[in-house]
Amino acid sequence: MSGFAMGRHHQIKIEPTRAKNPVYTLKRIAGYLKPFGSRLLLAGLLAIAQTLLAVSAPILIGRAVDILWAFLNGSLILSQAGYSLNRTMLLLFIVYAGSWAASAGSFYIMVIVGQKVLFTLRSQVFGKIESLSLRFFDKQETGDMMSRMTNDTEVINRVLSRGITRFASSILTLAGILIAMLTLNLSLALVSFSILPLMIISTLFFSKRVRRAYRRTRKTIGQVSAELEENISGVRVAQAFSRQRENIAGFREVNKANREANIDAETITAAFSPTLDVLSVIGTALVLGYGGYLALHGLITVGIIVAFLQYVRRFFQPVRAISHIWSNMQSAIAGAERIFELLEDPLFLADADNAKDLSRLEGKIEFKNVFFSYDRDVPVLKGVSLITEPGQTIALVGPTGAGKTTIINLIARFYDAEKGSVLIDGRDVRNVTRRSLRSQMGIVLQDTFLFSDTVMENIRYGRLDADDEAVKDAASLANAHAFIMKLPEAYHTKVMEGGSNLSRGQGQLLSIARAVLADPRILILDEATSSVDTQTEKLIQQALVKLLKGRTSIVAAHRLSTIRRADVILVVKEGMIVERGNHEELLNKQGTYYSIYKSQFRAAK
Amino acid sequence: MKRADTAVKNIKKGSFKILFRCIKYLLSYKYTAAGVLLSLLLSSAINLAIPKVMQIVIDRGITLRVPRIIILGSGLIIAFSLMGALFSFIQGYLATRVSHGVAFDLRNHIYEKVQHLSFSYHDRAQTGQLLTRATSDVDLVREFIGRGVIQLLNALIMMGGSIILLYNINWKLTFMVLPVMALAFLIFFLFARIISPFIKIIQEKLGLLNTRLQESITGIRVVKAFAREVFEEERFAKSNRDLRDINLRTGKYIASGMPLIFAMANISTLVVVWAGGYQVLANYLTIGELVAFMSYLMMSMFPMMILGMLLMTIAQAAACAERIFEVLDASSETVEKPGAARLPPIQGKLIFENVTFRYFKGTAPVLSRISFTALPGQTIALLGATGSGKSTVINLIPRFYDVSEGRITIDGYDIRDITLESLRRQIGIVLQEVILFGTTIRENIAYGKPEATDSEITAAARTAAAHPFIESFPQGYNTVVGERGVTLSGGQKQRIAIARALLVDPRILILDDSMSSVDFKAESKIRQALEDLRRERLCFVIAQRISTVRNADQIIVLDNGKIAAMGNHESLMAESPLYADIYYSQLKPETAG
Repeated sequence: MSGFAMGRHHQIKIEPTRAKNPVYTLKRIAGYLKPFGSRLLLAGLLAIAQTLLAVSAPILIGRAVDILWAFLNGSLILSQAGYSLNRTMLLLFIVYAGSWAASAGSFYIMVIVGQKVLFTLRSQVFGKIESLSLRFFDKQETGDMMSRMTNDTEVINRVLSRGITRFASSILTLAGILIAMLTLNLSLALVSFSILPLMIISTLFFSKRVRRAYRRTRKTIGQVSAELEENISGVRVAQAFSRQRENIAGFREVNKANREANIDAETITAAFSPTLDVLSVIGTALVLGYGGYLALHGLITVGIIVAFLQYVRRFFQPVRAISHIWSNMQSAIAGAERIFELLEDPLFLADADNAKDLSRLEGKIEFKNVFFSYDRDVPVLKGVSLITEPGQTIALVGPTGAGKTTIINLIARFYDAEKGSVLIDGRDVRNVTRRSLRSQMGIVLQDTFLFSDTVMENIRYGRLDADDEAVKDAASLANAHAFIMKLPEAYHTKVMEGGSNLSRGQGQLLSIARAVLADPRILILDEATSSVDTQTEKLIQQALVKLLKGRTSIVAAHRLSTIRRADVILVVKEGMIVERGNHEELLNKQGTYYSIYKSQFRAAK
Repeated sequence: MKRADTAVKNIKKGSFKILFRCIKYLLSYKYTAAGVLLSLLLSSAINLAIPKVMQIVIDRGITLRVPRIIILGSGLIIAFSLMGALFSFIQGYLATRVSHGVAFDLRNHIYEKVQHLSFSYHDRAQTGQLLTRATSDVDLVREFIGRGVIQLLNALIMMGGSIILLYNINWKLTFMVLPVMALAFLIFFLFARIISPFIKIIQEKLGLLNTRLQESITGIRVVKAFAREVFEEERFAKSNRDLRDINLRTGKYIASGMPLIFAMANISTLVVVWAGGYQVLANYLTIGELVAFMSYLMMSMFPMMILGMLLMTIAQAAACAERIFEVLDASSETVEKPGAARLPPIQGKLIFENVTFRYFKGTAPVLSRISFTALPGQTIALLGATGSGKSTVINLIPRFYDVSEGRITIDGYDIRDITLESLRRQIGIVLQEVILFGTTIRENIAYGKPEATDSEITAAARTAAAHPFIESFPQGYNTVVGERGVTLSGGQKQRIAIARALLVDPRILILDDSMSSVDFKAESKIRQALEDLRRERLCFVIAQRISTVRNADQIIVLDNGKIAAMGNHESLMAESPLYADIYYSQLKPETAG
C-alpha cells in the first residue's frame, strides 16, 4: 500500500521566518567572516568609494549643463566653454571608470568570501550529519530537514555573496544622494524628499501584502501537488472505477483556487511597480516645477535641475533594494540559526575511548537481557536474550511494532542498548570500533536506498575496492545482472534520485547485490513488506536464498519462504521473545507463531 | 565552451516550434491578450512622451522664462505618469490573467491526460516526474508566457520608440550613440552567452550537492550500515569543492561583467553629454533636448539588458515545454475505438480466446494462448506460483492492458469494441495493492459511486465485514484515513477496498488476493456474505485459501503464463500433479483452520 506518500519535490523557496536569537546568530556568522577581515574591510572601502563616485556623476553632468547654459547666456566664450566641457567630461569619465573598478572589486571580494564561508558551513553541516546518531533522524522529518537545510544554505549564500554589498551600497547610495541634494540646494532637496516617505510607506504596504498573498499561493500550489500526487498514485483505482470524470472536475476546483490565488498575488505586484513609478515621476515633476520656479528667480542653475532630475530617478532603486534584501536577511538569519542548532546538537554516537578493532568474525551473536526504547515512555525491547551459532539463519517473526527491526538496529549498533548487552563473538559491541564492526556486517534494509550514481557504483558501495568484474559477479549472484543489462547503459546507467527509474523490486535486487559484494560475516536483513511485481519477487526470493547461505544471518522476516528455511525462528511479541524453534515445531505448538502464521503468511509468496 | 554551444543549439533546434505551441494556448484568451497588448502600447507611448514634456519645460519654460509652461508641464508630467501607471497596472493584471489561465489549462490537460493513460504508461512513469511536469515545469512556461513574451514586446516597443525619438531630436547625435548602444548590446549578449553555461553548470553542481546532502539524510542507515561515513564526507567535500570553484570562476565573470554593463550605460551618457554639449555650443541642440535625449537613451538601454536576459530563459522554458508536451502527446495503449458501442448490462458470459500478452513488443509473453469460458453465476479461481500470470489475467478483463494476440469477449462483444466506461462500470475490482485516498472512509467506499446513499454505503461495508471497525472509530464513516488521519491495518484497508468494489454493484467481481491481510474470522464472514452475491454474478478470485478455491466452479491453474490445468477441485486433485503440489505446499495449513 503506497497510496499516500511519494517523493515530493522540493523547490527552493524563501519562507520569511523570524530568528529567535538574531544577535547570537549574527555573532556566529561574524565568526565565520573573521578570517577575511582585511578583505572585507577592503570591500567596504571599495563600496564606499563606488557610492561616492556614483553619487558625484550627476553633479558633473549638472556642471556640464551649467557650462552650456553660461555659453548660451553669453557669460562664457566658445573656447572657454569647450575647454571647461572637456575637462568636466574627462572628470566624468574618470568617475565612471573608477566606479566600475570599485564595484567590480567589491563584488569580486564578496563572491570569494561568500563562497568560502559557504564551503566551510556546508562541510561542517555534512560532517555533523554523518556523525549524528540515528536517534536524531528519528526525531526529524527527513523531507522537512532536507528542504530547510538546502534552502537555508542557499539563502545565506544569496545574502553573503550579493546581499550584504547591495544592502550596504543601497544605504550608502541613498545617504549619498540625500547629502548631495541637500548640499546642492536645500529647499529643492526638501521638496523632492517629500516623495521619499511615500515611497517607503508604499513599499512597506505592498511588500507585506505581497508576502501574505504569496503565502496563500504556496498553500494552493501545495494543494494542487497533493491532489496530483494522490491521484497519480491512485490512477489505477480511478480507472478501475471509471472515476476520471469526477476526478478531473475535482482537480479543476483546486487548480482554479490556485489560479485565483496567484492572480490575486500578482495583481498586488502589478500595482506595486507602477505606484513607485508614479511617485518617482511626481518627484521629477516637483523638481521641474519648483526647480524651474527657483531658476526663474535666479536662485539655482539649470545644471542643478538636471542633476536633481537624475537623483530623483535613482531614489527608488535603493529603497526597493533595501526592503527586498531586508526580508532576505531575516530569513538568512533564521536559516543560519537552524544550521547552528544542528551543528550544536549533542546527539551523536562516538566510539568508546578504548574501543578495539574486531578481528575476523565467527558470527556468533548474543543478546543478554537487552532493554531499549526510542522514546523513554514507550519501551520497545523488554529483556531480550538470544544466542545464535555461527552460520545459522535466524528469522525474527512477529507483528509490526513488536521489536524486530529494533533488534536488528542494535546488532548493527545504530543504537546502544539501554540495559543489558549485545555481544558479537563474545565481545560487547560498545567496546569495539563501529568501523570494524560494520565492515564485517552486511545490512539489507527494508527501504532500499539507492544513490543517484551509476548502477555500478551503487553496488560497489558494498565494497569500495571491488573491481568491475567483482561487481558484475555480485549482480549475477543477486539475479540483478539480467535486468541491469537491459537498462539503457547497462551498468553505467545512472540511478535517478530516489531510484525513480528503477522498479521497487529492481532496487531490492541491487541492494542484495550490494550485500553480496560486501561478503559480510554477518548478514542482517530486514525484509521488505511491500509487494513487488510477481516476476521480480521470484528473483528476489532466489537471490536471498543464495545470500543467506553459509553465513550468520538475522532476518526480520516477512516472506514465508525465508521463514521456512530459517534454522531458528524467534517469535517477537511486545518486545520479548515468546517462542523459538523451527517452522514445524512452532506450527505444532499451535501458539503465537501458529496464529501469526495463519493471519499473516497465507498471502506471503 | 562545449556547453554553450549545445545550449545555443538547443535554442535553435525546435525550441521556437515548441514555444510557439505554448503561445497557441494564448488563443483561448485572445481578447484579454489583445487588452494586454493595447495597454502595453498605451503605457509605452505615455512613458515615451514624458521626456518630450521635460524638454519643453526646460526650453520654453525655464530658458524663455515662462512660468505658465513650467507649471503646466509639470502638471502634464504627473497626469501622464498617472495614466501610464494605470495602463501598466492594467497590462500587468491582464497578463497575469492570461498567463495563469494558460497554466490552469496546461495543468488540467496534463491531469486529464494522466487520468486516461493506460496502465502500461503508468508502469513506466514516475509519480514524482509527472508531478514536476504539472507543477514547476508549467510554472516556468507560464513565466515565459506571462513575463517573457510581454517583456520582449515591451523591450522592442521601447527600444524602437526611443530610437525613433532620439533620431527625431538630433540625428547626428543619434548616430554617435548608436555604436555605443550596439557595443553595449553586444557586450551584454556575449556576457549572457558566457555566463549562461556557467549558471547551468552551477545549477547542476548545486543539484548534485543537494542530492548528496539529501541522500546522506534519507540513506543514513545505509551509510552507517556499510561504515561509509568517511567515504561520504570525501564525496561530499568533492562536490562542495566543485561547486565552490565553479562559483568562484563564475563570480569573476559576473564581478567584471555586471559592472561593465552599467559602465556601458554610463559611457553612453558620457558620449551624449560630451558630444551633445558640442552640439549645444554649435547651436544645433537645446539644453532641453539634451536632457530629453539622455532620458530616451536610458529608456532604450534597459530593454536591451532585458532582451539579453530573455535569451537565457528561452532555452529553459523550451525544455520545460518539451517535457510537458511529452506527457500530453503520450499515446495511450487502450483507446476507445471511434464510435465504440456501450456494453449493455452484462449477462456474464466471458470468453478468453487464445489470449497472449506481453508487456512490450518483442519481449517474452507473460501469458500465452490462454483460453477459457466463464459462465454467468460462476466463480473462477486462479491459482499458480508467483509470476505465473494470475494478476495479468485479471488485469486484462477491465482492459487495463490490451491483449497482444487473441481476444476477450463479454456476452459476445470484443472488449476493445465497447466504451471503457460501460465496461469498467460493470466490473468491481479489488486490486492486490490497496490504494485508499486521503479522505473519509465514506468517500473512499463511495469512490466508484459518489451519489451512493448512506444506507447503500453501510450495506456494502457490512458485507465486507468493515462496518464494525468503522463504527468503532469516534468519527465513524467520517474518519479520515492516510497521512492526515488514522492509520488502518492492512486487513482494514482490504475490507474497505472490498466494500468499495461491492458498492458499484458490479456484474463481474474481481478479487485479486484481496483478503490476504484480513483475519480468518472476518474472512469467513465476508465469504458468507459474498455467497449470495456470487450466485448472481461472475466472480474471479485469486486467493491462497483452500476454502475459496474449493468452492469455485472452475479452477484455472497457471504455470509460466500457460494454463496447466483447469477443472474443479475434485477433478484437479485427481488429474493435476501441479495442483496437488500447490495444494499440499501452499494451502495445507488451512485445513487445520
